[in-house]
Amino acid sequence: MAIRKRGTRIRIDTSTAVLNGFSYIFLGFFALACLLPFLLMIAGSFTDEKAIIKYGFRLWPPEFSTFAYELVFQNPDLVIGSYRVTILITLGGTAVGLFLIAMCGYALQRPDFMMRNHIAFYIYFTTLFSGGLVPFYLLMVKFLKLKDNYLAVVLPALMSPWLIILMRNFMKSIPHSITESAKIDGANDFHIFIRLILPLSVPALATVGLFLALGYWNEWYLSLLFLSPNMKYRPLQLFLYNLITRADFIRNSAASSNIPPQDIPMESMKMATAVVATGPVVLFYPFVQRYFIRGIVIGAVKG
Amino acid sequence: MRAATSTSVPVRKNTSYVSLFRKDFSKNWMLFLMCVPAILFFLLFSYIPMPGVYLAFVRYNYADGIFKSPFIGLENFRFLWLSGDLWRITRNTLLYNIAFILLGNTVQITVAVLMNELRSQWFRKTSQTLMFLPFFISYVLVGLFVYNFLSFEYGTLNSILRSLGREPVETYSNPAIWKYVIVLTHIWKNTGYGSIVYFAAIMGLDPEMYEAAEIDGASAWQRIRYITLPCLRPTFVILLLFALGGILKGNFDLFYNLVGSNTRLYPTTDIIETFVFRSMIVSFNFSSAAAVGFYQSIFGFLLVMTVNWIVRKIEPDYALF
Repeated sequence: MAIRKRGTRIRIDTSTAVLNGFSYIFLGFFALACLLPFLLMIAGSFTDEKAIIKYGFRLWPPEFSTFAYELVFQNPDLVIGSYRVTILITLGGTAVGLFLIAMCGYALQRPDFMMRNHIAFYIYFTTLFSGGLVPFYLLMVKFLKLKDNYLAVVLPALMSPWLIILMRNFMKSIPHSITESAKIDGANDFHIFIRLILPLSVPALATVGLFLALGYWNEWYLSLLFLSPNMKYRPLQLFLYNLITRADFIRNSAASSNIPPQDIPMESMKMATAVVATGPVVLFYPFVQRYFIRGIVIGAVKG
Repeated sequence: MRAATSTSVPVRKNTSYVSLFRKDFSKNWMLFLMCVPAILFFLLFSYIPMPGVYLAFVRYNYADGIFKSPFIGLENFRFLWLSGDLWRITRNTLLYNIAFILLGNTVQITVAVLMNELRSQWFRKTSQTLMFLPFFISYVLVGLFVYNFLSFEYGTLNSILRSLGREPVETYSNPAIWKYVIVLTHIWKNTGYGSIVYFAAIMGLDPEMYEAAEIDGASAWQRIRYITLPCLRPTFVILLLFALGGILKGNFDLFYNLVGSNTRLYPTTDIIETFVFRSMIVSFNFSSAAAVGFYQSIFGFLLVMTVNWIVRKIEPDYALF
């Protein structure tokens, strides 16, 4: 985001100085409050279980230990299996969803396409009225028979009205004359979309694709609804959720390690798994932040 | 969205919509084909389930299916009403959303305005990055963070209380404090995201206004009060309208990950979404769940329509459609 040029300032009056100081303090504390839980989680994952029981979660491990990570990776099949499932869901869902959204978004902004407003309303209407959870659940389970099928997590999240409209708004900024001149040269609409429009829409594709990918990576609700706990490999968030909420699940996942159940470090293992599940997003995030910011601004203001 | 129904289709006399569409289709059939996946997607996942709201009026049994189960009229609604569930979850959903909208926007605007005051670009970038971070994590992790902080045995809150020689608090059996926990958590997770829109709006303002104010000797407070805040009004109103339309929709991920199946907290934390989920998944009461879902959809729809109608009367520019 560009900073506004304020020009040279000769003197700063008191109220500005006070506000300035207040801004630093307020935002500093707020930012710290956003970071703190992450630090607590990382510290917790490296803390010896006995120290957690004795002192609770601390910002710095009183007794350092990597035992929780050793246990998580001692049975790597489960964690790596979850990772693989999540990565496949994320990549597959994002690739397919992005292509379909881009195709639809392009058509919906073509000024010479008369049906565009009717189709846009048909899509938008789904945000106004819905049949609710139960009919959707029965559709998925009874008619599509997607219980315990990873497609149950991928398919319903492929598109959303918000992302289609975001894509359409992005593509509006591509001059229509490009399409027109290509049409005169005899290219058809799909060709124009693939050859000319897609290469020009890289920022839009990056933004919408990242929103989709983040959604798939953090997906938990559909997994909770449609994937049962006796599936061996679950998406990471559901894996983490089961680990947090069910003590028996931790015992099972540490079962192959020949550790007596009472010695399993329940608390630090929760934290270690959380670190493993969230790590990629947090590490990746600073580099892609600007795409999200652009998406939020374009989606909200022009919407 | 506003363009969705605007009539940009020029309808000349003697030209019916049908023939116009036929002409458009013969010219742009390929564009239509490019929309077909999206059309089928929403048909399958949104439109086909819609007639399923009929489920709310039957005594559902799995073997007979929706349309062959016995019709019982408003019996499902009557039961929900008499048990007091309907009132409790409606009240909770509404009050939480009002708190989220009012407090959330206040904090977001405050953050955006203060961010604009910062002169150190490094500090601004860093604090923005950190405040945006919670948006990127799943609510499962948010639930874990809250547990880290509030757990009776190991929570940071109780460690602090113990080290001060105070009695630790039993947070997970005390429904009263969860109102604050949930609202604070929501603010924690969404402020970075929400303030971006406001900050972008401030960035788009004409710097000359501020220079003129400075020459006239306006104080920092006056600058904010008379320039920045009035200029944020349109953004605020549009976001408010969006939010008002969804005021009956609860955030299942937030509530379920924080509260889960902790029955002692239900009086203050049960919302429509969690109730529907429980009725269906835990107690297999599909009809009751569908009745609540239908009630939510209908009133949500009427609410959006009413809000939009009123806005159209007062300030047409702000109307959603």
